[in-house]
Amino acid sequence: MENKKKEEIQSQYRKKKRQKYLVILGSVLLLLFLSIFFTTLGAADTSIGDILKAIVHGITLGSGNVSQKDKIILLLRLPRVAMAVCGGFGLAIAGTAMQAVTRNPLVSPFTIGVSNAAAFGASLTIVFGIGLFSSTQFGIVLNAFLWAIGCMMLVYLISSKVGLNPSSIVLTGIALNYFFSACTSTIEFFASEHKLAAVVQWAFGSVNGSEWKEVWTVFFVVTICAVQLFLYTPSMNIISTGDDEVAQSLGIQPERVRIRVCILAVLATASVISFTGVIGFVGLAGPHIARMIIGSDHRYLFLFSGVIGSLLILIADTIGRLILAPVIVPVGIVISFLGVPIFINLILSQKRGRI
Amino acid sequence: MGFEVENLSFRYGSHLILDRISFQLEKGKILALLGPNGTGKTTLLKALSGILRPFEGTSKMDGAELLKMDLKKKARIVAYVPQNTNSTFPVRVVDAVMMGRKPFQRFAPTKEDETVAFEIMEKLELSEYAFQDINELSGGERQRVFIARALCQQPSLLLLDEPTSSMDLKNQLRTMSMVQNLTKEQNLTVIVSIHDINLAAMYCDQFLMLHQKKICALGTAQEVLTQQKIYEVYGVDTKIESIDGYRHMILRKPIS
Repeated sequence: MENKKKEEIQSQYRKKKRQKYLVILGSVLLLLFLSIFFTTLGAADTSIGDILKAIVHGITLGSGNVSQKDKIILLLRLPRVAMAVCGGFGLAIAGTAMQAVTRNPLVSPFTIGVSNAAAFGASLTIVFGIGLFSSTQFGIVLNAFLWAIGCMMLVYLISSKVGLNPSSIVLTGIALNYFFSACTSTIEFFASEHKLAAVVQWAFGSVNGSEWKEVWTVFFVVTICAVQLFLYTPSMNIISTGDDEVAQSLGIQPERVRIRVCILAVLATASVISFTGVIGFVGLAGPHIARMIIGSDHRYLFLFSGVIGSLLILIADTIGRLILAPVIVPVGIVISFLGVPIFINLILSQKRGRI
Repeated sequence: MGFEVENLSFRYGSHLILDRISFQLEKGKILALLGPNGTGKTTLLKALSGILRPFEGTSKMDGAELLKMDLKKKARIVAYVPQNTNSTFPVRVVDAVMMGRKPFQRFAPTKEDETVAFEIMEKLELSEYAFQDINELSGGERQRVFIARALCQQPSLLLLDEPTSSMDLKNQLRTMSMVQNLTKEQNLTVIVSIHDINLAAMYCDQFLMLHQKKICALGTAQEVLTQQKIYEVYGVDTKIESIDGYRHMILRKPIS
């Protein structure tokens, strides 16, 4: 009798595991479908068939006559969709990883100052032309990235003085957040009008005018970070649910894991936001929405939150593109208007870990 | 062989917390760690397992020095159960227990890990809660989850920090007798820090009383649980009786 109970629970456990795989698979398929479907939407009339044809053309390096339609799809719409997907993925996995190792559901890479540092780097370059390759568009990206990484290193140096515990990392980060925000405001205060406009435009956060080489850069960095972070997911499970002492007694070095995970998360975030500007909220809400659906086991949650992040940005960007067409509303704005009601609704209904 | 501690001292900065602690404990025995608040019971438990680094002394389990061992290897020998804690994020009982298999895994739990975890959950009567969030459990149930996680490490030395602190009377007895059975059955060496002297007297074999950074008494119940020692360490008047063959301490109201 007792024995049967154990078997029962074991099979229930396996069933729930299979369900999680199915949910992840389903979400990936949905993302794939929406990516293609959303590419068909816009001023120029295109069908799903056109998209697929254009992609085939693109892969085979379009022998000869590339039609206007193909150009719109391949050079305007697809890179934008791809950037939304890669960006959303990167921001959400970074948020998930950082929430786990700091044991703090309010944390995202932006909480520790990365976005404001990137904005500061970008505005330095835009307004004063300070930084590497500062005369080029690439210079803005590079300097935003470098300052974001610099901010992470400052957080590391300061909080390592007191042992890299979750609260020291978060508090140092929040302080630096305000610091860089003040720095950016100072620059804005002294900037000329048209440069100010450029800074503000940058800070909106959008995937406008994404090019393939940018998409590939983000894809490359996010993929490397994601693979590395994924290997830490069993440790994230342990660190997120107990004290550091418990982690240690289970054979993990929590401080080492914490700092490595933070660095990888910031790297992924910085690579995204230096191209797109500040797209907030996904890094915070993506993980929570995913957790409410699939539960807190990071081995599943990690990938799934990435897919949720991709979906959020993809949908928000498409809405922003169509709602006031031909004016494009930056995704950084739409995501909050769209995401906040969903998020609050989820909090109120408390549907966490249904599977 | 069992567990041997020799000359173990620990300090936070320049502040000495533990001063040359030495004792031995055989396999299959439970040692009760007694002493008032702030005498370093928790610190001692953490230092024994090397979670905190003592600045001198050795701590050996079956001859193997724990303090110099690689963390992952050590995790298969020593398991530590902290005082009752909550988790920020929801986690299912089955996942929490399975975490005890981490020292044996590369990435995902194997079939064997699952078998071990499900067996231990059944033994600790946790099966019915398998898919519940540990934050929704009562303090006693949650403590059993953490003990189950520790047992999943298949340790030879088990360190429990106040395992009964948040439990009602019946659960205190239930948990301690569970620990006692497991100790005998799996030939574990167990150290528990505990406030309730009477509970300790019923279930533990050896007693170690900490006072002012040092061992003030070490030995059997007869040797340690005396009116005089308790007065010396806790500063309270008591009467010691024998109930069902166990020493039993009765508190007396201070005359003011």
